Amino acid sequence: MLLEVENVTKRFGGLTAVNRFSLALGAAEIVGLIGPNGAGKTTVFHLLSGFHPPTDGAIRFKGASIVGAKPHAICRRGLARTFQIVQPFVNLTALENVMIGAFNRTDEVAAARAQALEVLEFVGLAGKRDAPARELTLSDRKRLEMARGLATRPELLLLDEVMSGLNPTEIEAIIGLIQRIHAQGVSLLIIEHVMRAIMALSQRIVVLHHGEKIAEGAPAEVARDARVIEAYLGEEA
Amino acid sequence: MVAETLFGVLVAGLLIVPPFLSPYFLEILISVLLFAYLGSAWNILGGYAGQFSFGHAAYFGLGAYTSTLLFLRLGVSPWLGMLAGGVLAAAFGLGAGYLSFRYGLRGPYFSLVTLAFAEMLRVIAVNTKAVGSSLGLVIPSREAAPASFVFAGKLPYYYVILTMALLAVVITRRLEASRLGYALRAVRENEDAAEAAGVDALGMKLRAMALSSFLTALGGTFYAQYFAYIDPTITFGPAVSIQGLLQAIVGGAGTAVGPLIGSFVLTPISELSRAAIRGRAGVDVMVYGLVLILVISFLPNGLMGLVRRRRSA
Repeated sequence: MLLEVENVTKRFGGLTAVNRFSLALGAAEIVGLIGPNGAGKTTVFHLLSGFHPPTDGAIRFKGASIVGAKPHAICRRGLARTFQIVQPFVNLTALENVMIGAFNRTDEVAAARAQALEVLEFVGLAGKRDAPARELTLSDRKRLEMARGLATRPELLLLDEVMSGLNPTEIEAIIGLIQRIHAQGVSLLIIEHVMRAIMALSQRIVVLHHGEKIAEGAPAEVARDARVIEAYLGEEA
Repeated sequence: MVAETLFGVLVAGLLIVPPFLSPYFLEILISVLLFAYLGSAWNILGGYAGQFSFGHAAYFGLGAYTSTLLFLRLGVSPWLGMLAGGVLAAAFGLGAGYLSFRYGLRGPYFSLVTLAFAEMLRVIAVNTKAVGSSLGLVIPSREAAPASFVFAGKLPYYYVILTMALLAVVITRRLEASRLGYALRAVRENEDAAEAAGVDALGMKLRAMALSSFLTALGGTFYAQYFAYIDPTITFGPAVSIQGLLQAIVGGAGTAVGPLIGSFVLTPISELSRAAIRGRAGVDVMVYGLVLILVISFLPNGLMGLVRRRRSA
C-alpha cells in the first residue's frame, strides 16, 4: 500500500472534525473523497500533508509513519498536495512558482528550470511562463497549483477541488490533465464537488459525512447508497 | 542592459570621483554607503525572506562591541575582530531566530520580538561596566595603522565601505539566483504553500537570518573604527535598526540594488536637512518620516518598483 490511514481522529477543542477515519490507497490508484460541505475532507488533507497533527491514529506513507513530520518533509517523501483556495506565489512568475517545487529534487537552478519548463508544458502553461502568478486567470492558477505539486515529483498527489469555480470547458480540460497525470504513474486522492468529474475519474470513492466515513466503493455503488443520498439530500429536511 | 550600464557608470564614478571631493561631501558619501550596506544586509532577511526585523541594531552593536573590545582589551586587530563579531552576531541571530520562528511568530510579532532582543542588549550594555556602560568605548587616536583598521584621513575608510557595499550587492545577486534565494522568496510570498512545495521554511529563514546578521555586524565594526567611539544608544538603539530597513524599503525591498538606491536618496536628505536646520533637533527625523509616508503611500514597491513599472509600461 502506498498510503495507509488507520483510525485517524482530529479534534479541534470540542469539535471532532474527523472521526476514526481509515483509508488504504495503492500505487497508481485514483480515489475520490466526497461529502457535503464541512464533512472534514480538507481536514483529512491537512492531516495527510502534515499541516495538522492527528489527535489519534496512524498514517503511513510507503510503509513509514508520517505522523508528526513537517509538510516539507512529507513532500520530500513523495506526497504532494494542492490547496482548495489556490495559493500561488503571486509576485513570482509562473515558471518561478513551479521551480520552487522542482528544487525538491535538485539543488541546481538550471536543472530546476528545465524540469519546471517541462511541467509547465505538460499542464499547458508554457506560454505563460513569464507572467506573474497574480495576473493568471483562476483556471490557470488551478493549473499552476497542480504544476507546482507535480514538479516536486510526487508518487501521490492530493488534489483539493481543482475544478471549483471553473466552467464546463475548463473542467473537461482539467479532467484530461488529471488522466494524463495518472498515466504517468502518479496516484491521486481527489476532493471534488463536481460529481460528473469525480464519477468519471475515480476508481473508488470514499464518502465522508460529519467527519466519518459512511460509504466506500465503486462510483456506481456509492451513487446508489442510501446513506450517501441521505447525507447529500437529507441535510435540508 | 541599460540598468547594467548605469550601474557600471555609478560604480566607476564612486571609484574615481571621491579623491576630489571636499571632506564634507566625502563624509556624506561614507554615510550613504554605510547605510546602503546595512540596508543590503537587512534586505536579505527582510526583503527576500519577508521577515521584517526591527532589531538589526542587535547585530550591528554586537559587531561594533566585539571588535572594539577585542582590540582594546586583547590587542586583536579589528579586521579579525570584525569576523569574530560577525560570527557572534550570526550565532545570536540564529538563537533569536530559532526562538521566534520555532514558535511560529510571524509578521508584526516577529518584528516586535527582534526589537525586544536589540533593546535587551542595549540595556545590558548600559548596565555593564566592563563594556563601558552608558559612557561607551573610545578607540584612542593614534598613528595610522592599516593592519589595525586605522587610517589617516577619510578616503581609505571610504574605499573600505565602498568595497563592503558593492560586495553586499554582489552577494545579494548571487543569492537571488540560487536555490536559497528562490526558497526565501517562496517563504515570503506564502509560507504554507512553500512548505507544501517542499521548502523547509524554518531552515531557510534561519539561513537568511545568519547571513543577514553576520553582514550587519561587519557594518558595526566599520562604524566603530570610522568614528572611533561607540555607546549603547548609538549601536544598539532603534535608530540603527530603522536606518537599515528604511534604505531597503524606500529603494525597493527584495531587489539587489534597492538598498543602494534608497540610501542615495534618503541619506543626503537626512544629512542636508540636519545641516540646513541646525539647532532644531529632530527636524531631520521628521523629514525622514515624511519621506517614508510618501513612499509607502505612493510607491509600495519602492523606487525600484517605479523603475520596473516604467519598463513594463
